[in-house]
Amino acid sequence: MSQFVKEVTKGLWKDIPPFRFVLGLCPTLAVTTSVENGIGMGLAATFVLIGSNAIISMMRKVIPDEVRVASYIVIIATFVVCVEMLMKAYFFSLSESLGIFIPLIVVNCIILGRAEAFAKKNPVMLSIADGLGMGLGFTISLTVLGFIRELFGAGTVFGLDVFALFNLNFEPFGILQQAPGAFIALGLMLGLMNVVGKIVDNIMARRVV
Amino acid sequence: MSTFALIISAIFINNILLARYLGNCPFLGVSKKMDTAIGMALAVIFVLTIASFFTWIVEHFLLVPFGLQYLRTLAFILVIAALVQFVEMFLKKSIPALYKSLGIFLPLITTNCAVLGTALISIKEDYGLLDTIVFSIASAAGFGLALVLFASIRERFEISAIPKALQGTGIGLVTAGLIALSFFAFKGMI
Repeated sequence: MSQFVKEVTKGLWKDIPPFRFVLGLCPTLAVTTSVENGIGMGLAATFVLIGSNAIISMMRKVIPDEVRVASYIVIIATFVVCVEMLMKAYFFSLSESLGIFIPLIVVNCIILGRAEAFAKKNPVMLSIADGLGMGLGFTISLTVLGFIRELFGAGTVFGLDVFALFNLNFEPFGILQQAPGAFIALGLMLGLMNVVGKIVDNIMARRVV
Repeated sequence: MSTFALIISAIFINNILLARYLGNCPFLGVSKKMDTAIGMALAVIFVLTIASFFTWIVEHFLLVPFGLQYLRTLAFILVIAALVQFVEMFLKKSIPALYKSLGIFLPLITTNCAVLGTALISIKEDYGLLDTIVFSIASAAGFGLALVLFASIRERFEISAIPKALQGTGIGLVTAGLIALSFFAFKGMI
C-alpha cells in the first residue's frame, strides 16, 4: 500500500509533468487559455493514462518486444476514442473548445512515455498508481498555467470577472491568451519551477540530516 | 479560399508550430543543432504529406461510407504508424543515403502530433484531396521553417550567459514565444 501511495505522490511533485519531464507540451500550450479547459484536458489525459497503464501492465508479458510501440498506441487510441465519445455526450461545450486536442491525446508523449518507462515492467496496481499520480500532476500543472493565463490574459477565473468583483481597474494582457504568450508563460514557469524546486529540495535535504 | 491563400496561411499565419501548437516535442527536442533540425524538417515534410493523403482516402472511402467516423482517431494513428514503418523500410532498401540522414527521426514521427493534427484539421475543414495535399505540404514547410529558424537561434545559446534556472527548455520556450510573436505580425495579411 505504501508503495502505491509513493507512486501516486511521485507524480505530484518529484516527477511532475510537464515540468520535470518536458513531454506533452502541445496540449499544455494549446488548451490552457482558461482554467476550465486546463482541468478538462488534464482529467481526460488522466483517464487515458490510468486505463492505458493498467491494460499495458496487464499485457506486459504477452506483447512481443518488437511490436510493443504499435500495440501501446492501439491500446492508448482505444481509450482516447472512449474519452472523445464520453466528452461529446456529457461535456459538449468543453469538447468543442478543446477541439482536435482530444484526439491528439493519442500522441501525447507523456502517455506513451509512462507506458514505456513504467507500465512495461511493473505490476498492475503500481501502474495504475503511476498513471493516477502522473495524470493528477499534469492536471495540476495545466490548471495553474490556465489560471495564470486566464487571470492575467483575460482578467477572469472560470469566466468570472474577478477584478471587477474587487472594484479594481485592470487592463488584461491580451497576448497571454495568444500563442506567443503561451510559450513565454510556460518558459518562465519552467524557470520558476526550477528555482522553487531547488529551494524545496534543499529544505528537504536539511530536514533529513 | 484560393490555393495561394491556403499556402500562405498554412506557412505563415496559422503556422502549425507557432500558432496551432502542434509538434512541440520534436521542436524543442531536436533543435539544438542545425543538422538534426534540417533532418527532422525533411522527414516531417515527407511523412506528413504522404500521411494526409492516405488518411484522406481512409476517411472518405472507408470511414464515411460505413458510418465509422467515431473510429477516426484509432484508424488515423494506425495508418500513420504503419506508414512510418513502411517508409522506413522502403527508404532503407532503396535510398540508403536519405535513410541514413533521416535516421532516428523517422520512428519519432509517429508520435509527432503535427502529423495527426494536420490530418485531423484537413478533415475538419472539409478540404478536397488536392487542397489536403497542398495544405499538408505547406504546413510541413511551415514546421520546417520554424524549426530551422529556432535551431539557428538556439545554436547561439551555447555561448550566451543564460540564468541557470532557465537553461535548456525554459529559455527555448521563451525564444519560441518571441518567434511566435514575430509570426503574429502576419495575422493581418489575408
